[in-house]
This record gives sequence, structure tokens and C-alpha cells, in this order.
Amino acid sequence: MTTTAPLAVPATAQPPSRPGRRLRIGPAVGLVPFLGFLTIFLVVPTVTVVVGAFQDDAGGFSLDRVSALFEETPMRALRQSLLLSLSSAAIGAVLGAVLAYLILAAPPTSLLRRVATAVCGVLAQFGGVTLAFAWMATLGFGGLLTDLLADAFGLDATGSGWLYELPGLILVYTYFQIPLMVIVFLPALEGLRPQWREAAVGLGASTWQYWTQVAFPLLRPAFLGSALLLFANAFAAYATAAALVSQGSPITPLLIRAALTSEIVLGQANFAYALALEMVVVVAVVMSLYAWLLRRTSRWLG
Amino acid sequence: MTRPPGTRGGARVWSATRVLLLLVFAVFFFLPLLALLDFSTTVPGTEERTGDAWAGLVQDPTLTDAITTSLLLAGLTVVGMVVLLVPTMVWVRLRVPRASRMVEFLCLLPLTIPALVVVVGLRNVYSWVDYFLGDSALTLTFVYVVLVLPYAYRALDTALSAIDTTTIAEAARSLGAGWFTVIVRVVLPNIRGGVLNAAFISVALVLGEFTVASLMNYNTLPVVIVLLSKSDAPLSMAASLGSLLLAAALLLVLSAFDRRRPTRR
Repeated sequence: MTTTAPLAVPATAQPPSRPGRRLRIGPAVGLVPFLGFLTIFLVVPTVTVVVGAFQDDAGGFSLDRVSALFEETPMRALRQSLLLSLSSAAIGAVLGAVLAYLILAAPPTSLLRRVATAVCGVLAQFGGVTLAFAWMATLGFGGLLTDLLADAFGLDATGSGWLYELPGLILVYTYFQIPLMVIVFLPALEGLRPQWREAAVGLGASTWQYWTQVAFPLLRPAFLGSALLLFANAFAAYATAAALVSQGSPITPLLIRAALTSEIVLGQANFAYALALEMVVVVAVVMSLYAWLLRRTSRWLG
Repeated sequence: MTRPPGTRGGARVWSATRVLLLLVFAVFFFLPLLALLDFSTTVPGTEERTGDAWAGLVQDPTLTDAITTSLLLAGLTVVGMVVLLVPTMVWVRLRVPRASRMVEFLCLLPLTIPALVVVVGLRNVYSWVDYFLGDSALTLTFVYVVLVLPYAYRALDTALSAIDTTTIAEAARSLGAGWFTVIVRVVLPNIRGGVLNAAFISVALVLGEFTVASLMNYNTLPVVIVLLSKSDAPLSMAASLGSLLLAAALLLVLSAFDRRRPTRR
């Protein structure tokens, strides 16, 4: 290691080290490994999906796969998926904003603040499988809460199985949506300057007026942006649902699993292309809205 | 953020409400984890306590294999991410600033393209990868490097913005350092905090990643946990909680590193 520096002197002392004098293409060569890697492992798969969605089984152009999206099963899965993403994003955004506000009331260096943000970081990022099992242990058959409720109120100890259907998915998704909301919304809340409140109060505003006429309008773009991020997050999530629901495919990601692993219906695997395209379109629309809102937010709240 | 001004009684009501609400949130978040612990230490049927499931974490051969695979994948992903991203980002800052928007866009792209979509489109690419490198779970590293890009990019970008990359690189170059030396021995030590941040989030993401591994039929830890849940529920519950605690422990280690840095100087 120590010998590389002296050895490098003659080579780098040559004219090529002068920036700007060489051909324009020169420095850009340094980006080739990065661009090549991303092309192979991100761009090619995505293009494969988009192209594959418009092909028939022989490889020619066809709208069959895309039009198959409008049949009953995929449409129902999409509706359920949108419902799940919308409700878990809405609940997560509201409760997450409340939690962020509660956390923010503690001083930045306090134990509460540090522990809360650390816990939120782990829960929001860490795998869906764990969360699915945690809720199975809580509300599934023989779960902690199921047993407690059975003992206390004489409810059915076997559980009604709702955890493994849409309401259960909404609950479990909310569990990782709230921490994510805290992480993405906290900076916006922090950007709310105390001086603005002082100014409002100085002009004779009540607390209620400050919140409705100053803080909420300022926070609205950041709040909506974060909620959109939550929506995209829930829509793209797969692990939690896959671990929780082992049979049937109530939502689009699980329908993709069914299409990929199906050995019964030939050609079903190719239908996964169309379903994947559908997901890209939904998430892309949501994320462009998010980017647009983010640009508006950054004007006031950094 | 200041507490709403008001009467003394109002302030007391507010702080009581705050504590109460925080408790409700704490129960919501910790109850499922407590249930995991309870379930993994209970003998099914009888209500006895046992540590068998936790002991099984290091005894069950399927599970230990999966743990090894996942840890190896995590390590390889961190190495791959650093090797790919650090030189590229430094290079963009120093030599091709015009490309910075494009690199940022590409790095954040995996947030917009669900992992599930990438899996669907990966079959052709992986038939080549398998052809060259053999059919091993470790080939997942390539996809995982892509998946961690957005998070790693943000961590590294913050670290690079905090130092004056151009000046220190020019200083090193004028003293005769080659580009390799500039990146590895001059820039890298200065952005250690950012690299550690990026590494932690990558490790946590890889340890918990289920979508890609399960649909490509590789037995990583989360995949095996789901498989085990059908035969040995307490063992899979113990493994779930164990992996979550591991991720939390990693975060603690990282924050300890972060805090030690300034005092050392």
C-alpha cells in the first residue's frame, strides 16, 4: 500500500492529469462500471418486464397480456391492493404524524428522542417476515392477545382468521407505516420555526388559529408527500403479505407470486410481466407526484 | 418546537396527554415483539417455559446454513456497494459534475421500481450469471447491491458533502497521489461515518430481504424462517425475533461508532 503513492507519481505527472485539456469523453469513462452494472441488474430487468408485457408466447407483439389485466381476478387483486395501500398509508400518515409531534416535544438529545428514532428506523426498514410473525404470535391462533381476549371476554380462542385477510394486512402494514412516517415527516416538523409561531401569536393569533392558518398549510405538502411515499411503500411491499397469506392471492404482489410459481396453467408465468408492468405504472405515478410535492415543500421547510 | 403557551393547568394536561399517547404507541409497537418472545419460549400445548427454540437457532442445520448464507450475502453486498459507489461518487464530484444529476437519479431509481418487478425481469440476466458464476445463493449479491443503492447513496452523499472533496483530492494529487490512492487512502478515511451508515443499512436490508430470495428459490434466513414456520413454529418465531434484535444491535454499534468519532480527534 505504501509503495503505490511514489510509484504513481510519474504516471500522474503527465499532461492527462490536467482537467479540461483532454477530450470531453475522458473523465466520463470512470462512470462505465457503475452504468454497466446498473444497466445489467436494473435497466435490463425493467425493460424485460415492459417488453414482455406486450409480447405473446411466441415473442411477437400482442396486447393479450395487458388486456388480461382487466379480467376479474387481476382487477380484484388491484382493487384490494389499492385499498390496502390507501388505508394503511392514511392510518400510518396520521398516526405517524402524531407520533412524530409527540417525539419532537422532547429535547433533541433526550433518551426518548434517540430511542424512538432508533426503534422507528429498525421497524420501518427491517424485513416484513419478522413483522408478519410478530402479529401471528399476537393475534393468530394461540397468540398472546387472542388468548388474553379469550380469557377476558370469552371470545373464540381459535381466532376468526381475519388476520390472514385484508383487515389483518392493513393492521400489519400500519405497523411498519407509522415508523416510516415518523422518519420521513420528522424533518418537516423540525423545519417548523418557533419564530413563526411567535410571529403569529404576536399578531394576536390563538393556538387554534396558528395551527389551522399557519402550521397546517405549511405542512400540508410535506404531509401529502410523505403519505404518497407510504402508499408506494405499501403497494410495493411483498414479504409481509407473502409470509402472512400462504394461500390465495388477494393482492397484486401475491398474484405475481402465483403467476411465477404456477405450474398448472401454462403461459401463466408470462402473465407476471403484465402484472409487474401494472405495479411499475402505479408506483411511478405515485412517486412522480411525490417528487413534485417534495419540490414544493422544500421552498419553506428544509 | 416549543410547548404551546398557556396556563399552567393547560401545560400539565398537555404533558399528561403526551405521556399517555406515547405509552399507547409503545404498547402497539412492543406488544407484538413481546408476543414473539412469549411464543418462542412456550412449549406448544403445555404452557411450560423452554429455551429449546432459541437453542435450536444454532443447532438446526437448515437454519445455521441460512444464517451463514445471509451473513455472507450481507458482507458481500457491503463490499460490492462500497466498491461500486464510492469511486463513482468521488469521480463524479471531481471530474464529471455534469453527471451528478443522472447518477443520483439512477441511484434512487430502485425506490420507484419495486423489487418484485426486478425479480420478474431478472430471469434472463440470471441465466447468464449462473452460467458464469454457478448457481449459488451468493449471486444474489448483485441484486442486493441494486436494492441498497438509494439508502447507501444518501448516506455517502451526506458524508461527501460534509468534507471538501475537491480540495483534499487536489492536495493529494499535487503531492503525487494516483487516483486509487486519492479514493482509498484520502477520501475514504474522511467519509468513514457515511460508509458505516451505508454499510449498516445495507446489512439490515440484506438480512431481512425476502422478496428476491424467495422468488428466486434461494435459502436465505427470511426464506428459511417462513419454511420453518410450517414445521416448527416456535423455532421460526425465535429466528424472527433474533434477526430483528441483530438488526437493532447493529444500529447500536453504528451509533457508538458515530459518537466516538469527534472525541477521537
